[in-house]
Amino acid sequence: MAPEAGAGQALDRADHSTALLRVEDLSVQFATSRGTVRAVERLSYHVNRGEILAIVGESGCGKSVSSLAIMRLLPKQTARIPNGRILFDGVDLLTLGDEPMRALRGRQIAMIFQEPMTSLNPVLSIGEQIMEPLFIHLAMTPAEARARAVELLGLVGITDPERRLEQYPHQFSGGMRQRVMIAIGLACKPKLIIADEPTTALDVTIQAQILELMQDLCRRLDIALVVITHNLGIVARYADRVQVMYAGEAVEQGVAEAVFADPRHPYTEGLLRSIPRLDRPKAGRLATIEGLPPNLLSPPAGCRFAARCPYKVDACGQEQALLPVAADHWSRCGRSADLHQGPSGWLTPAISEKPVRADAKPMVAVTNLAKHFEVGGRLLGGGVAVVKAVDGVSFTVQPGETLGLVGESGCGKSTVGRLLLKLETPTTGQIDFEGVDLAGVEDQALRDVRRRIQVIFQDPFASLNPRMTCGQIIAEPLLVYRLVASRQAARARVAELLGQVGLFDYMAERYPHELSGGQRQRVGIARALAMEPRFIVCDEPVSALDVSIQGQIINLLEDLQHRLGLTYLFIAHDLAVVRHIADRVAVMYLGRMMELAPRDDLYAEPLHPYTQALLDAAPVPDPVVEKARAARALGGELPSPLRPPPGCVFSTRCARATDACRQIVPTLEEKRPGHWVACIHVT
Amino acid sequence: MATAAPAIASAPRRYPALIAFAIAQPLGAVALLVVIAMALAATFAEVVAPYDPLDIDFGAMLAAPSPDHWFGTDSFGRDILSRVIYGARTALAIGLLSSLMGCTLGAALGIASAYFGGKVDMAIQRVVDIFLAFPIIVLALVVVAILGRLPVLGVDMNLVLAIAVPIVPKVARVIRSSALTIVTMPYIDAARTAGYSHTRIILRHIAPNVAAPYLILFTAFIAQAILLEASLSFLGLGVTEPTPAWGLMLSGSASDFYREAPWMILFPGLAISLAVFAFNLFGDALRDYLDPKFKT
Repeated sequence: MAPEAGAGQALDRADHSTALLRVEDLSVQFATSRGTVRAVERLSYHVNRGEILAIVGESGCGKSVSSLAIMRLLPKQTARIPNGRILFDGVDLLTLGDEPMRALRGRQIAMIFQEPMTSLNPVLSIGEQIMEPLFIHLAMTPAEARARAVELLGLVGITDPERRLEQYPHQFSGGMRQRVMIAIGLACKPKLIIADEPTTALDVTIQAQILELMQDLCRRLDIALVVITHNLGIVARYADRVQVMYAGEAVEQGVAEAVFADPRHPYTEGLLRSIPRLDRPKAGRLATIEGLPPNLLSPPAGCRFAARCPYKVDACGQEQALLPVAADHWSRCGRSADLHQGPSGWLTPAISEKPVRADAKPMVAVTNLAKHFEVGGRLLGGGVAVVKAVDGVSFTVQPGETLGLVGESGCGKSTVGRLLLKLETPTTGQIDFEGVDLAGVEDQALRDVRRRIQVIFQDPFASLNPRMTCGQIIAEPLLVYRLVASRQAARARVAELLGQVGLFDYMAERYPHELSGGQRQRVGIARALAMEPRFIVCDEPVSALDVSIQGQIINLLEDLQHRLGLTYLFIAHDLAVVRHIADRVAVMYLGRMMELAPRDDLYAEPLHPYTQALLDAAPVPDPVVEKARAARALGGELPSPLRPPPGCVFSTRCARATDACRQIVPTLEEKRPGHWVACIHVT
Repeated sequence: MATAAPAIASAPRRYPALIAFAIAQPLGAVALLVVIAMALAATFAEVVAPYDPLDIDFGAMLAAPSPDHWFGTDSFGRDILSRVIYGARTALAIGLLSSLMGCTLGAALGIASAYFGGKVDMAIQRVVDIFLAFPIIVLALVVVAILGRLPVLGVDMNLVLAIAVPIVPKVARVIRSSALTIVTMPYIDAARTAGYSHTRIILRHIAPNVAAPYLILFTAFIAQAILLEASLSFLGLGVTEPTPAWGLMLSGSASDFYREAPWMILFPGLAISLAVFAFNLFGDALRDYLDPKFKT
């Protein structure tokens, strides 16, 4: 028990005069064909006026469900709220009638969703969608509403608002649409905005723009903001207070600085330790939270995290209460005092340096690779437009090395991967793999090469054939290529491969939908390993996974590389993950290579302005560092790949751009030993 | 590095598939019962039918329904109940065979179209367009008229082909659109990077994933095929006398006598309606049952 346990169950921690929203003892359950899912259990928290509260947790922890409950947007047929109160400005929303609730939604409480691409109605103009709540809630005249809409668009940083009011959602980029969503949310001057993963679908530079904007607006207009996120960097940078959820329960609450500096729940501590850090050199393996969250159909008695907790003791089998551990800091852990004193229960074993043969002949040598896609006659006059997805990219990969390939969406990094896999044919350029030009190989030679180059995909839900068992999926290449003598031998080899990726052999009988996301990703890795490849293209292999599972997969990939001597091309948008796993890093922007350098050089001294902007845009999970930092600078949008800017493609967003940049296409040159940059300003 | 195993969702209470289907789709289950009854009647027609369907009894011509002849008799004194039961055999044989043939060929074309894309897709889809431009019955008429008859084990295979041909383009269209979403899935890319043959990718990785729409089309087109067979028989291009077939029982002498003996057209007409209705209903229910979006 915590030393301050005398306070007991007392939850009247909020100052009644300032708390705008108070959730008390809220439970949400869903009736499903499999039984009752206890999605949220006895959740209590509050948000003060003008405050930013972050709710963090992994998928299925109840963070979105509890917010939908506040908006009373849960599906009526299946959702049930057995107990709890939601007090907004002193009114219990759960007992409010439908009509007053509708008057409240959009007027007092606004909501911003994750997916800006689908949360605007495609057949209504932007103006109509912004003005709609003004007509409904504030009964404005069309002229007043129009004036307010123009004002709102200006507020969220959209230029030329008069003209853009007439436009439709498809004419806006993802980041711009999210700005429009914010404008709609702000339309009636609400007191509270709930943002459910508002930037998860956006690129990192755009994410920084949107979050800076939201923070600024909330401060200026005194709006309370609840941000639901899984990104601890965002929490550190923007949140005043943070609430950590696990398996439907709040496990820790407090001021952001205190929670990050002195986590009092093992889950929070584990999360903080299992994420790769952008701001620190690689120290060793990532600490990982092993196992999976409990099934909410029948959650375990006592602490729900106990099964995965390194601090577990017998007392964890009993019900744990959320108890105060310090001023405005609560934890649902009986050993919170032990966490405070340390030492940490999470292990971060060091790893030996792997043998990269830098002087050896490169395994992969890509020269002037280009891939142009023709897009049907969209241009005037019916001509065919060309998208230069990859435009003159060169790099090498040494045997045993991991080359990280980073960039924002649409930069061509995945296309490079697909070209290496021969899923696309290059427009020009050579790909030399172990002395064979991939462009020229056909038939039998191609099958030989295929075996040596394998792939791990991003989406573990779509990368396994749903109609095959995991065993069949892994055994297929063994049988097709006759890598085993018999079906018995295949079964034994499948069991061995499952063991290698940390699964049990009985999982061979399972179908993919019976496994969790992380387990499926492991099956995908086992399938790639079955071919005994030498080179694996990892296309965003961890970006679809939860934070605690990400660490497990990254460690697994590193282990396998050491044990089997594999070479990786690691494609990712998360710079922190790349810093952890890659030996060298290549940065792409709009089909061109911007910078290519050894990992430590690149992160210590990024030379290209784009790399600097990328690194600057990604928040690190440390509130002290983040809050001391100035606002992000990189503005603007990714130019359309149909009409890339002349000269340097980054010149439209670059602070250092000059007239020369808009004319000269910079070549990738070795500005420092091993450090290649494509920028005329770097000397 | 081992992952905790017990955290996997405990298996829900599972009913046998048929019972689960009956609970989820009660109307579909009734339809299934009708289909099963038809199938049993067709299979065991010799046992079930009270008379030989070809037995002519001039002493009981145009007899009204009675305990001797439940559905009455036709102008040759043949027992209509027996002919309806034997007619189920014709209807089901031709319906099943032609729907199977049409749907399988259509699915093969649809998958090929989606998988190979480009010029192959273009060529297949334009041919499909041409076939879709003709009304089903006209297309079937043309095939029957050109090919003549080819009886195999009592079933006219050219008639089966004639009914299958109009089904092909429709199925090709639907299966192509399903397969188009499958071929972009990463597991197909994975199979391609593994260097598998086109045949293996199509049969092992694409075909099982379009099985659900295929099954639904298959049941729906059995109903269509039965209707088409009846129509062709009615027009004299399908099954020929004296073989008992529902469409045929409506035509010929029935058109001369239906005022005096309405049972001559009533019962075969009911049989056609019931069969078509049952197969359609079953197909709809199967679609809903197999679609994960309809499950809570």
